[in-house]
Amino acid sequence: MVTAPTPVVTKAPRHAAVVRVTHWLTVIAFLALLVTGAEILLSHPRFYWGESGNPNMHALFSLPLPTSRPWVNNGFGTAMPDGNGWGRYLHFEAAWLLVLTGAVYVLWGLARGHFLRDLVPVRGERSAGGFYRAVRAYLLGQRNAASDAHTYNALQRVTYLTVVFVLFPLMVWTGLAMSPSFTAAVPAAANLLGGRQSARTLHFLVTLLLVLFVAGHVGMVTLAGFWPRTRAMIVGRSGSVPGEEKP
Amino acid sequence: MSTISRRRLLKAGLATTAGLAGFAVADRLAHNFGLVPPDAGGIFGPGETLTYATQSLLTRHTLAREFPRSMISANPFAVPIAPPTDAFKHSQAIGFSDWRLTVDGLVRHPASFSLADLKSMPIESQITEVSCEEGWSYIAEWIGTPLHHVLREVGVLPQARYAAYFSVEPTQWDSLDMHEATHPQTILTMGMNNGDLPVAFGGPLRMRVPLQIGYKNIKFLNRITVTDSMKAFGKGMGSASPEGGYAWFAGI
Repeated sequence: MVTAPTPVVTKAPRHAAVVRVTHWLTVIAFLALLVTGAEILLSHPRFYWGESGNPNMHALFSLPLPTSRPWVNNGFGTAMPDGNGWGRYLHFEAAWLLVLTGAVYVLWGLARGHFLRDLVPVRGERSAGGFYRAVRAYLLGQRNAASDAHTYNALQRVTYLTVVFVLFPLMVWTGLAMSPSFTAAVPAAANLLGGRQSARTLHFLVTLLLVLFVAGHVGMVTLAGFWPRTRAMIVGRSGSVPGEEKP
Repeated sequence: MSTISRRRLLKAGLATTAGLAGFAVADRLAHNFGLVPPDAGGIFGPGETLTYATQSLLTRHTLAREFPRSMISANPFAVPIAPPTDAFKHSQAIGFSDWRLTVDGLVRHPASFSLADLKSMPIESQITEVSCEEGWSYIAEWIGTPLHHVLREVGVLPQARYAAYFSVEPTQWDSLDMHEATHPQTILTMGMNNGDLPVAFGGPLRMRVPLQIGYKNIKFLNRITVTDSMKAFGKGMGSASPEGGYAWFAGI
């Protein structure tokens, strides 16, 4: 039905209601997890590999940050107040929001064919050539605003699939691998990763990848037109594309 | 924008009603099965209740991970303790021979145990990891009497729901639900790595709770009170931790 490059005129919303609601709930949960995660990190900005690691042991790497505990001094002393109480409470509450929202999104997406239809790269684009064309279009500014507003290119599709099915599951896994109660029930959660401290280090590194994704994502949205794209993710339609129904 | 049809409105109404009814049923069930933590009030209550209920159910019949002797940390770490009082120093000077653990509350035979009394009960050892909420951890061998032996000795009454435990340091107290209090790995620790438990690590007596984060492992233990409600203890939130902003349940 899609006959690019002619602009697609459709009455269907750009984003389904479930996608819009779960997108913004994920934004709220992610921001809460990022802020509280950073707060918790300040109490011990040292990372280890393996099962155990503590101030008396060699660190894999250590971040030069002011800390909230006197037994870790990475050059700035104990300059930060202790916020691990509310930090941990909110971190786990936001984690529940993220997991439950993600479950709704993934189950809905599987039931409605969202992933196959909207996110698995279309047949002709599942090749190095497809990705090359997408990257070249970005670099040369050869993008068709009208058709872009209704579909994703191969690069976007693979990125979103990676975030949904690799990075977020890894965050949840490495987070749970640090829980003494959870690993009592599922020891493999920590053991497969090489131990609790490996899980913690991976939890931090995957956070960096997600922050990188968010920076790229917001950057691309801004290039494509921040308000029309953001409006499309809120009310379903951007209201800026010729031929599209005004909201 | 499309007008909201009657059908959609009806569907949304039904979904909302079903959702609210679901929450009400879940809330009732959680209360009936003791899955609501004492610090369930406030904005963090829903998350804390979900975490406690889920992890409590997950650990009813499972053990915290134990490690081979080769993985015992050569360099364990303990948060520096407050300077000991004169009474503590005196007790230490006589090898803690006057140290008592009082067990009272909802029990048939309230009792007071010396360290020798505790050592005469079945002794268990476990090689488990202490995980601090800050992120660091270490593995050690912990030796002591499982709490369930002591609780059986004093005869816990059927209405008991929590075991509250206290340190000689008045600000340090906590509690466990009866499932975790009687968990085989919850031990009254007197030894560490084949020696006496050092004072720096909470000696002579420390509650070891390997299913939870380090701060539940109260040092210098001298009293246990069995109770059906934590309301009368401190501010009624289950332990000193929520009064300082920290969660009562620390399974993660």
